[in-house]
Amino acid sequence: MSRNSVSTKLDRRTVIKAAAAAGVAQFASPFVWSARAADTIKVGMIDPFTGVYAAVAQNELIGVKFAVEQINAKGGVLGRKIELLVEDSANDVGTGVQKAQKLIDRDGIQFLIGDVNSGIALAIAQVSNEKKVLHVVSGGHTDGITGKDCHWNVYRVCNTTKMEANSVAELLFNKYGKKWHFITPDYAFGHTLQEAAAADLQKYGGTMTGNELAPLGTNDWSAYLIKARAANPDVLLVLPQGLDMVNCLKQVAQFGIQKQIHVAGLQQELESLEAMPPEARIGTWMFEWYWKQPGVPGVEKFVADIRKRSGGKVPTARTWFGYTSMMTYALVANREKTLDSVKLAKALGNFELPADVKLQPNKCYYRKGDHQLMTSAFVGEAVEVPAGDPEDLFKVDTIVAGDKTSPPESETGCALQWPA
Amino acid sequence: MSETHRKLAALAAIWVVLVCAPLWMPLVGGYTALGSRVLVLGLAAMSVNFLLGFTGVLSFGHAAWFGLGAYGCGLILKFIALSTPLGLLAGTLLGGVLGGMLGALIVRRRGVYFAMVTIAFGQVFYYIAFQWSSLTGGDDGLRPFYRQPLHLGFTTVDILQNSTAFYYFVLICFAAAVALMGFLLRSPFGRTMLAIRENERRARFLGIPVEMHIWIAFTLSCFFMAFAGSLYALVNNFADPRGLHYSQSGDFVMMAVMGGMRSFWGPLLGAVVFVVLQDYVSSITVNWQIFIGLTFVVVVLFFPRGLLGFLQARRRG
Amino acid sequence: MTQLILFNVTNGLIIGAFYVLMALGLSLILNLSNVINFAHGGFLVIGGYIAYTLEPYLGFWGALVASPFLTAIIGLAIERVMISRVYGRDPLYSLLLTFGLAFIFEDGTRFIWGANGKPFAIPAFLSQPLSNEFFFITGYRLFMVAMVAVMVSLLFLFLRYTRVGIRIRAGTLDLETVSALGVNVRALRSLNFAVGIFLAGLSGVLAGGQLGLEPTMGSGLLMPSFIAIIVGGVGSLPGTLVGGLLIGVASGITAAVFPSASEAIMYVLMAVVLLIRPRGLFGEEGMLT
Repeated sequence: MSRNSVSTKLDRRTVIKAAAAAGVAQFASPFVWSARAADTIKVGMIDPFTGVYAAVAQNELIGVKFAVEQINAKGGVLGRKIELLVEDSANDVGTGVQKAQKLIDRDGIQFLIGDVNSGIALAIAQVSNEKKVLHVVSGGHTDGITGKDCHWNVYRVCNTTKMEANSVAELLFNKYGKKWHFITPDYAFGHTLQEAAAADLQKYGGTMTGNELAPLGTNDWSAYLIKARAANPDVLLVLPQGLDMVNCLKQVAQFGIQKQIHVAGLQQELESLEAMPPEARIGTWMFEWYWKQPGVPGVEKFVADIRKRSGGKVPTARTWFGYTSMMTYALVANREKTLDSVKLAKALGNFELPADVKLQPNKCYYRKGDHQLMTSAFVGEAVEVPAGDPEDLFKVDTIVAGDKTSPPESETGCALQWPA
Repeated sequence: MSETHRKLAALAAIWVVLVCAPLWMPLVGGYTALGSRVLVLGLAAMSVNFLLGFTGVLSFGHAAWFGLGAYGCGLILKFIALSTPLGLLAGTLLGGVLGGMLGALIVRRRGVYFAMVTIAFGQVFYYIAFQWSSLTGGDDGLRPFYRQPLHLGFTTVDILQNSTAFYYFVLICFAAAVALMGFLLRSPFGRTMLAIRENERRARFLGIPVEMHIWIAFTLSCFFMAFAGSLYALVNNFADPRGLHYSQSGDFVMMAVMGGMRSFWGPLLGAVVFVVLQDYVSSITVNWQIFIGLTFVVVVLFFPRGLLGFLQARRRG
Repeated sequence: MTQLILFNVTNGLIIGAFYVLMALGLSLILNLSNVINFAHGGFLVIGGYIAYTLEPYLGFWGALVASPFLTAIIGLAIERVMISRVYGRDPLYSLLLTFGLAFIFEDGTRFIWGANGKPFAIPAFLSQPLSNEFFFITGYRLFMVAMVAVMVSLLFLFLRYTRVGIRIRAGTLDLETVSALGVNVRALRSLNFAVGIFLAGLSGVLAGGQLGLEPTMGSGLLMPSFIAIIVGGVGSLPGTLVGGLLIGVASGITAAVFPSASEAIMYVLMAVVLLIRPRGLFGEEGMLT
């Protein structure tokens, strides 16, 4: 008995030492996010760096960090440097709220960015609203954020589902046909996507041949594809996102569905296209921002700068969201010469982004009535075999301005309540 | 100092620390909201331990009742009445009653099989919460609802905006639950549970209706769990499916083990360590999950009696 | 309509076959060692990623053969170093241990291979559908079913006719006696675990070809395996086989008529089995009470 306990004790001590060493090594490694300094303006970022959205969250972070670098190189905001505090929401609403409270109560941030996950974005928007902190939602798409759940202190960069649907719908209807079949991920966001597209279809006078609701995380799409093919539509709209979309499109390609039916969808991302085997890169989609924009000022330089900071990879729409969110704060604060959230929030109404931030041909501004950024939609086709750069996986056909794709402010359901 | 004196002193120390938390927390880099969160999760861990440590029954899907408590509270606050006490009551009943009902089905099983079935049950509720989005908000979670100010007749306590007031509210609820738990464990019922844990067969031979006792213990722990869940809904001002997921259960069991399963206050200590560790490490590095996983592994392999168990063993020599 | 149902039943069997492979590995480990291997999904993911890493050098077939063995070796190492230490104790500890391992695996794969999904290439001739009518039966799916059938047969032969296999089966019934008869129980458990992980690794390679690879994919595939075991009966491998196929078919049919419930049906099945016949379809009373 005593022999056992002695050996266990030795093991324990060794383990503790090893753990301490590992701990120290980790804290010194490149994955340390930030060292905390003083007399800086603290900016908080909450994103799901672990979990299914990890890839897009990391790209957002690259964009934000690059923006911070640029801002600080030009003297910071009102003469003070920006200090970025990054927290992982772990794709869990509770954790997101906890981190939001921590960043605001303990760390005293002046500005908040996040979250990619719509549910978490809504939850932390509640916290930022309670505490009166200016907040830009970089990548959460649910319409409510600039709709019925809008807050005076919250602005959003990425598109709403209605904007996405409107950008693609007309093209699909005119070019490919009136009969549409939907494959919809069965959760709140998926339903919103489908309703937005279906509304457009109805507006143009088309018919919906069916709507397959598939649970999140579906691995096998054959049942839905069997039905879709049997319904004989002109267009098949694939609405799942992320890994689900990758699998669905793979199976679509394997079954050869695209030979009879035109495949399309709403939002598509470079991260997803890169995760697909080449034969699955089919269909008509919209991107929220694309890196290859010949002739548009600022884009090439941005791409080159990001390449240096991301191990050679091009910026994705997510990188641009992060970059824009951070730059927005610096630009408006420097212009208004204040850090007061209410004043800045008011000033952001109709605030237009300069060329080296908007990185797109159309006018890009935050709408006053719902705080939504009027950013363009890049409509085009997925590319199976990239012609030049291996990351050029999308061929842009048209770039539609944000205020053309977005429903008017009166229809969003947003009623802003400003503090007295 | 005699054993009883030492125990009373320890108890007093614990309560002093808890009551003064809003004062010393900011000094060590904490914040009051974290304290409220730790209390609630600690209560959940203690509820799991009520079953696990004191009865010897492993339920690995216990977060189901936690999540149900959160949804119950939230649904009341959102749709029915703007009353915090009513929300708490509804949440506790929802989790407790459903737990009792389902517990009756599986009480004959034990060990690994029992654990597996509880996981599966938890996942059923997770799935329902996820899919029934018209009621529960699905993946986005149940929102918006807010904890309502307490109208105590002579004064109104604003627990929404004032995090310190809310912390004390949670502390009072925690104290009530913990007192009840302690009372139950000290009662003849509690003694019987310990007997069953130590040697089930002997207990059965003594004529004790073992299944009935286990079912009662299970149901009671579900009520405590649901109460903790309702409080959690108030802490966050929302409820979401993840609170029902087996990974949440895993966290609670881990807290109980980390702190010390055989002791009453162990799980609270475990909750403190776990929450603070996770909070701290996830701010430092993106690979915090590896650290948490390693913590699980290290605790299981080298500190199975938990921190309190380790300290007690040290003290005894 | 009947054609639709028929298609979906066939489809369900194909899905079910995959669940069977996962669940069998889990069941083997559960039966002999009383360990709920929460990290099983993690091993699956590792198997897939190892195959992905080996593919440029060994091709698809080489990776398919090599990866499960490498995964099994990793599993063996973990069993020897960590899991064997908690065998005698309360099942709680093995559960927490494998739970922690699952975290480490997920984050580890994200750390090593990156967070973004990776495509895993399968030979072109397998990607083609069987015919225009049966467009949803691709060569790859048939290949998966064939692999599962081969593995199940091999497993059956192994357990029935080899000495080690017989010992494993005896061990699930009464490990103490087996030990008293002079069998090296430690080695037996390790080997059993390795076999289970081999199956997990193979599942990972097959899943990779079908779904692509992503660090979080393991946990989603774990629950159906659990359910297959519960439905089929804890402690019974034929039960697990039937359970897996059953939930696959149920899921397939439900997807045809009531798609949003295609995942829920598995849980409903489980609930029904627990209510009517708690030991599962083929379970023995008293197995791992």
